[in-house]
Amino acid sequence: MNSGDTAWVLMSTALVLLMTIPGLAFFYGGLVRRKNVLSILMQCFIILCVISLQWILFGYSLAFGPDVHGLIGNLDWAGLKGVGSLPNADYAATIPHIVFMIFQMMFAVITPALIIGAYAERVKFPAFLLFTVLWATFVYDPLAHWVWGTGGWLKKMGVLDFAGGIVVHVSSGISALVLAVLLGKRISYNHRPIRPHNLPFTVLGAALLWFGWFGFNAGSALAADGIAANAFLTTNTAAAAAGLTWAIIEWWQNGTPTILGTVTGAVAGLATVTAASGFINPINAIFVGIAAAVLCYIFVAIIKTKLGYDDSLDAFGVHGVGGALGTIALGLFCEKTINAAGNNGLLFGNPKQFFIQCLAVAVPIIFTAIMTWLIFKIVDVLIGMRVEEKNEIIGLDLTQQSEAAYTVIE
Amino acid sequence: MKLIIAIIQPHKLESVKRELEAVEVNLMTVTNVLGQGRQKGVTEIYRGAKEAGGLLNKVRLDIAVNQDFVEPTIKAIIKGAHTGSVGDGKIFVVELVECIRISNAERGPKAIG
Repeated sequence: MNSGDTAWVLMSTALVLLMTIPGLAFFYGGLVRRKNVLSILMQCFIILCVISLQWILFGYSLAFGPDVHGLIGNLDWAGLKGVGSLPNADYAATIPHIVFMIFQMMFAVITPALIIGAYAERVKFPAFLLFTVLWATFVYDPLAHWVWGTGGWLKKMGVLDFAGGIVVHVSSGISALVLAVLLGKRISYNHRPIRPHNLPFTVLGAALLWFGWFGFNAGSALAADGIAANAFLTTNTAAAAAGLTWAIIEWWQNGTPTILGTVTGAVAGLATVTAASGFINPINAIFVGIAAAVLCYIFVAIIKTKLGYDDSLDAFGVHGVGGALGTIALGLFCEKTINAAGNNGLLFGNPKQFFIQCLAVAVPIIFTAIMTWLIFKIVDVLIGMRVEEKNEIIGLDLTQQSEAAYTVIE
Repeated sequence: MKLIIAIIQPHKLESVKRELEAVEVNLMTVTNVLGQGRQKGVTEIYRGAKEAGGLLNKVRLDIAVNQDFVEPTIKAIIKGAHTGSVGDGKIFVVELVECIRISNAERGPKAIG
């Protein structure tokens, strides 16, 4: 046991919590219309409440518990049975097992919260709640086991994912795309662009996301060591390069850089570098950041408009695209001199890792898309995913929660 | 009695108020409004999606006056809000049928000032 490691991972856990609330909540909350801002804050907040309990009761055991055929953990650790203050050497030898467990809890919380961006402004609250619990249990928990759990089949194959490029960003991003298509466009989406109601909220949220991401990535070293420091630096570098690149693209394309574009670029850089952060050097992180901004811009500003799906807050365009790009970029740029527990990538003489990483993107895409479709259909039959047209026009704050964010008259 | 409605540039509110006070027109209602005139609006861009001709911020003044004050009020508003370019705004003058002071139920011209 190491007190420095334990302190850092506990601190990182709090940083990752900050990413969901208030980070993501305000990042997304500012992007919707004023009649729906509370629905976003509520969804983010209640996810923290619900998944915190799901994780302790059975989610952690499904994801990280004793392996069943490489596919899922069994329920031996349900209710945290046997998960205590002694370390579990399979996951982290120098910190208490419960510290590893609660750090992972915050990842299980933020992943379904990222999907909110796809169904924003038109989902029924009870349907959202049921969808989230089913998705966390039947998509997130198995996928986390495949990639991170002892005995997980992708892990055994040599797939690398330092902090959740596959498990968090690809999974939530692909689910977001599937949901955006299944739910359909928001009323009035085609007739005029839907303007964000409070961009300062969005900038505040993005800044908190960047701050919290140091816990997300550097904390994933599970120790206060050189690998954590390197991940900290690659995280900051990729975010900086991506934010600047996005601003320059807008400047060139539209004549002016926007703050919304700059923060979107930074978040794309953060999502993209996540998988690779602990395995690549800081200079290559610049390339990862630039590629993130270019590719995500193409998806958000061009492909989305061309194909016409309403990925309302660009959960797919930023997190799905970025997560997949980062997982593949990891296969190019990873090197054992940075992290001996990793591997060398294509540029360091090991093309095999590159192909493994491509597989590691393809498999979760297929699995997540099918499962999301299935869960959507079940919830749609039981409750109905989308609100009635008149409620969508009035807004979710008043119709789903009976409250309003702003008063117009005293 | 007339109701004078003026739509002006927001940054001209202070000078218009000063000019109105100089001709002893002190009672007015002021609201923030959105509008577009000949100059059209500005283009806004959100993550690459362009919205051309978004409405511009304007300020609206509602001023009720007796007949003797109509011309001085119009002149004061022009003096305070004029820059000479499109977007300076407009003044509308409409007949006012009745005016009632709520505190003492006075009616007509004496209730205006």
